[in-house]
Amino acid sequence: MSEPIAVIEPAGPQGMVSLRADLSDRAVAQAVTAATGCAMPGPRRIVAAGGKAVAWMSPDELLLLVPHAEAPGVAAGLAEALAGTHHLATEVSDARAMFTIRGPGADDVVAKLCPVDVERLPEGEIRRTRAAQVAAALWRSGEGEISLVAFRSVAGYVERLLEVAAEGPRL
Amino acid sequence: MSTRLAQGGRLIDRQKPLRFTFNGLPMEGYEGDTMAAALLANDRMLVGRSFKYHRPRGIVASGAEEPNALVGLGEGARFEPNQRVTTTELFDGASAISQNHWPSLDFDIGAINARLARFLPAGFYYKMFIHPRPFWKHVYEPFIRQSAGLGRAPKDRDPDRYEQAYGFCDVAVVGGGVAGLAAALAAGRAGKRVWLMEQAAHWGGRAVVDGVTVDGAAAEDWVAAALAELGGMANVRVKARTMAAGLYDHGYLLAYERIADHTPGDGRPRHRLWRIRAGQVIAATGAIERPLAFAGNDVPGVMLASAVRDYAVNWAVSPGDRTVIVTNNDDAYRTALALADAGLVVPAVVDARACVTGALPQAVRDRGIRVLEGRGIAKVKGGKRVTGVAICAQAGEGSVLEEIGCDAVAMSGGWSPVVHLWSHCGGKLAWDEAGAMFRPDPARPPTGADGAAMVVAAGAANGHLQAADCLADAHAAGGGTGAAPTAVTEAEAPLEPVWIMPQGAGPALRAKMWLDYQNDVKVSDVQLAAREGYESVEHTKRYTTLGMATDQGKLSNINGLAVLSEALHQPIPATGTTTFRPPYTPISLAAIAGEAKGELFQPLRRTPMHDWHEAHGAYWEPVGHWRRPYCYQRSGEGIEDAVRREVRNTRNGLGLLDASTLGKIVVKGPDAGRFLDMLYTNMMSTLPVGKCRYGLMCNEQGFLSDDGVVARLSDDTWLCHTTSGGADRIHGWMEDWLQCEWWDWKVYTANLTEQFAQVAVVGPKARAVLEKLGGDIDLSAAALPFMHWAEGTLGGISARVFRISFSGELSYEIAVPAGQGRAFWEQLIAAGEDFGVMPYGTEALHIMRAEKGFIMIGDETDGTVIPQDLGLDWAISKKKADFLGKRGMERTHMTDPNRWKLVGLETPDGSVIPDGAYVPATGVNANGQKNTQGRVTSTYHSPTLDRGIAMALVLNGPDRMGEVLDIPGIDGKVYRAKIVSPVFYDPEGEKQNV
Amino acid sequence: MLILTCPCCGVAAEETELQPGGEAHLKRFGPGSSDDAFEAYMFARANPKGVHFERWRHAYGCGKWFLAARCTATLEVFGTYSAQTKEPPAEIVTKIRAKRPDWAGWSA
Ligand SMILES: [Zn+2]
Repeated sequence: MSEPIAVIEPAGPQGMVSLRADLSDRAVAQAVTAATGCAMPGPRRIVAAGGKAVAWMSPDELLLLVPHAEAPGVAAGLAEALAGTHHLATEVSDARAMFTIRGPGADDVVAKLCPVDVERLPEGEIRRTRAAQVAAALWRSGEGEISLVAFRSVAGYVERLLEVAAEGPRL
Repeated sequence: MSTRLAQGGRLIDRQKPLRFTFNGLPMEGYEGDTMAAALLANDRMLVGRSFKYHRPRGIVASGAEEPNALVGLGEGARFEPNQRVTTTELFDGASAISQNHWPSLDFDIGAINARLARFLPAGFYYKMFIHPRPFWKHVYEPFIRQSAGLGRAPKDRDPDRYEQAYGFCDVAVVGGGVAGLAAALAAGRAGKRVWLMEQAAHWGGRAVVDGVTVDGAAAEDWVAAALAELGGMANVRVKARTMAAGLYDHGYLLAYERIADHTPGDGRPRHRLWRIRAGQVIAATGAIERPLAFAGNDVPGVMLASAVRDYAVNWAVSPGDRTVIVTNNDDAYRTALALADAGLVVPAVVDARACVTGALPQAVRDRGIRVLEGRGIAKVKGGKRVTGVAICAQAGEGSVLEEIGCDAVAMSGGWSPVVHLWSHCGGKLAWDEAGAMFRPDPARPPTGADGAAMVVAAGAANGHLQAADCLADAHAAGGGTGAAPTAVTEAEAPLEPVWIMPQGAGPALRAKMWLDYQNDVKVSDVQLAAREGYESVEHTKRYTTLGMATDQGKLSNINGLAVLSEALHQPIPATGTTTFRPPYTPISLAAIAGEAKGELFQPLRRTPMHDWHEAHGAYWEPVGHWRRPYCYQRSGEGIEDAVRREVRNTRNGLGLLDASTLGKIVVKGPDAGRFLDMLYTNMMSTLPVGKCRYGLMCNEQGFLSDDGVVARLSDDTWLCHTTSGGADRIHGWMEDWLQCEWWDWKVYTANLTEQFAQVAVVGPKARAVLEKLGGDIDLSAAALPFMHWAEGTLGGISARVFRISFSGELSYEIAVPAGQGRAFWEQLIAAGEDFGVMPYGTEALHIMRAEKGFIMIGDETDGTVIPQDLGLDWAISKKKADFLGKRGMERTHMTDPNRWKLVGLETPDGSVIPDGAYVPATGVNANGQKNTQGRVTSTYHSPTLDRGIAMALVLNGPDRMGEVLDIPGIDGKVYRAKIVSPVFYDPEGEKQNV
Repeated sequence: MLILTCPCCGVAAEETELQPGGEAHLKRFGPGSSDDAFEAYMFARANPKGVHFERWRHAYGCGKWFLAARCTATLEVFGTYSAQTKEPPAEIVTKIRAKRPDWAGWSA
């Protein structure tokens, strides 16, 4: 067997809050920044600051990444801050599983599973796509590192998928 | 005799001998050999038998176009049939066996078919196996099955790894000859993101073999320099052993990389299937030499002239000591020169052209080689190997003028551009009269997403057979600026199309002229097809099987359609070509599967309690991609016993069900109530906060599509439960209406199915066990009545408790964060010990709901059932002006009073009616089938009642209570059943309302 | 295999990331509509060889529905646009007219 080209690690519990709202509404931007310290991301962008991050998921949906224990509070806080504004804030931490793909072949792992031009994926962009047969979202989370989020129920499938794709050699 | 020459061989390394076996015989080759080269070096020309007549078959070509030399390669789990030896790189320890013969390659009983050839003409199968009809099953089909199939299928599990990968580029250049290299250089220098791929392990195509001079250097050196330059460009990816299999819509190019075919077991993936998106494809795929149709052209030792040259130059292999060359063009003279250079004998060049004056023929004459003008081959002599040729006038009928002894024949009928990639997506071809070939018509290219051409053909693939034109064309195709690489070659005189040799050959000779070597299609077969009225080339192909073998007619198609055109007395372009379909050469099924095998064949969805179930005897049932426990088997217990135990224990004590797979969708907003009123057949906007309501969803036709309990969480928020398989579908359905129809309504949805684990705590002891867990929720009947919900903590875990029941028992469904689902479940198991708690599976769930007469989506519904059929009229609002499905239900067929409606069925003897049984009626329908008046939708043995129960849709069923029906089962028995209410157990609902 | 650019998020998504949704710009007929109108809404589809307007959902992506104008014969894509519209945008109609002069034009 060839050397793995990247190390696959489950990222452990990750707090996540889904917020659906009119993203052009200033009240929404203020509430998001207050909750995370992050500026509002533009389309397909992910903005990180101080261990938290905000990802643009669709024209009316954000995903807030916060420490796991803080997620229920962040969801409740958003609901409170946006009372009177049409929105839906829900905690989704336990609905998802997150993995890091680290190493020189991290891009190759993605290229084997996702119909995405990963070579051209800029830092700060989140790409929602398909990893083999399931939905996934991925972004560059550090030097030589890609983070990938999938649904919880298929975490075992995705982990094995990533491990198999990480079997060498490089593409 | 074919043999290894003492000197030369640009691709082999004589310092690195490799051992291999053919049919068990040990043989030796060199690194750089193809298996074909090594077999020839070991004097193995006969390598297989043809499909229909089991004729001896030798190596004909040197590349992907090879029709004959297919072997079974490898052993044990790595055995693979139908591998082309011409594209198989030799490796140490390789083993090959020949195919399609019995008992041996050299002596084959099936060859008797060849003696019967005149009884096995084109269309034989169609004609023979039609009558008499009863013979089909017992005589013909077994006969065809026995003789069908080429090679034998591997039996063991493939031990190798295969993968796929996605690639993206501006320009994909296909073909590693000088044209492909020139195009890639041009595009790469222009800064384009380029992929260059070559199907073989080596580069340079024909130019390096033919001794072309490029930019003043030997082609060999120019190729090396080009590869070095391309290798140094960060924007260029260079891939050898990578075959562009097919081009599809919008520049989607499938490429097949054979990574480890020549290094088996080295841990690398064996094949990789690239799914490339190319802005533009440059097809520099070269051209393939055509055979000539003369009698006996299939005898081993008759080869393509270019292949003979390849074997001599690339691998220092001589296919024969004395090689007669037969041609209609100048290019084949290069083969004469190459053989003469190698010290081999060319007794004659037989040229069909009456007057041969070009520079290449002159060079051949200068070597003292005879050039016979206006001549053809009347007949090849020999059986398993060429022993000589009989020469005739091409213009005549085949009278023999002289015989020449030889052990090989090198033939050339001209060249056909490889236009597959151009044609896969609809690029059209034009007939080139001068070159006697189809070439891409630049006015009718295949087009991409923007409507512009997505393929450019370059070089020989574009009909430019001379190196200088070829390079200029490729340079331009790559968008090159400045001067194109220049090439110097001998000038060539025009070829003269020759489709039959000699042109006046009679039936006896035509019946020995092979067009398709693998499928045994001869000139006479195509002519017969034409006589029998097959005018379309596509029909002729299927009738004669011309071009339907594994080589897909790379050598035979053009010759075949030329023969057909002559027989139909029409020009070749009027006949046209058959359709070019991917893949260009066969690719492995394993590469198509990629990683999707074994545990990764399909995603497996696991609930948070999955591992607990696994550890406690779960007998799994697939539900969509989920796995749910069907039951939990105890040691020594049968499945049916386990199910009965689980039902009884739940009815009498306490059962736990993992209900996490149920869909959970939150719907929120000022218009959420209005929206849900449109989605559900009943009213959801009036549901008070804190309460639950069962609801039905229909499609626009009125057919029931999903059901579930809706809870109102707050003034503007509802939680909709869907069926286990339905969460994504229903969430998508909601979003569809919100985004595409009612986009001004203020509603947001979120699919929270996986955020929560859900446990149904069911049975008379349900309240007791929850109270024992402890928490801040008042679970009393007064505080939390049936169809209410509450939230708080249970056992220290935040929980939402729904008092709903799908079993008819006292029942709570509790949602907790998925991350704590397993802990919560284990707390319940521990706390429930005193109450005799047992988990139960989906079968117990189904039985208990059927005992209560509750419908199940997918059992009682099949996409043609409206709620009214199921007696669910109470759940259809009469107040609402509109909801999805309302108009559909108003159609006359839906309002017909005579519909199949839900009833229960009771067998007097307690037996269980077979699943899916139909209730017959009198008479027959238009197709002569028995009329029916109903069908069984659910049927179980009820452990609670200890007898069979069933639900069925029966014509006017509810009006026929007490009537007894005879229901034939597929087991041959007839079951008597009385129509009863579908509610078999606790019709007053006393058990759940405590 | 098609590539369509999702107008909602800008991703050029390939067909496996998308879910097809049939003909676009259908007008819903509900209660009170005639049998003919309802039948046409439920079952009658244009299915032309040539210019066609379709619904697609960026299912493995932003999850949004969008509409595409496409030639069913050549697979040329004239444009993609918002699903929140009752007819094709003027600039797409203009582009189609330029590329397909024989096109009969869009009608509801
Ligand atoms: Zn999108």
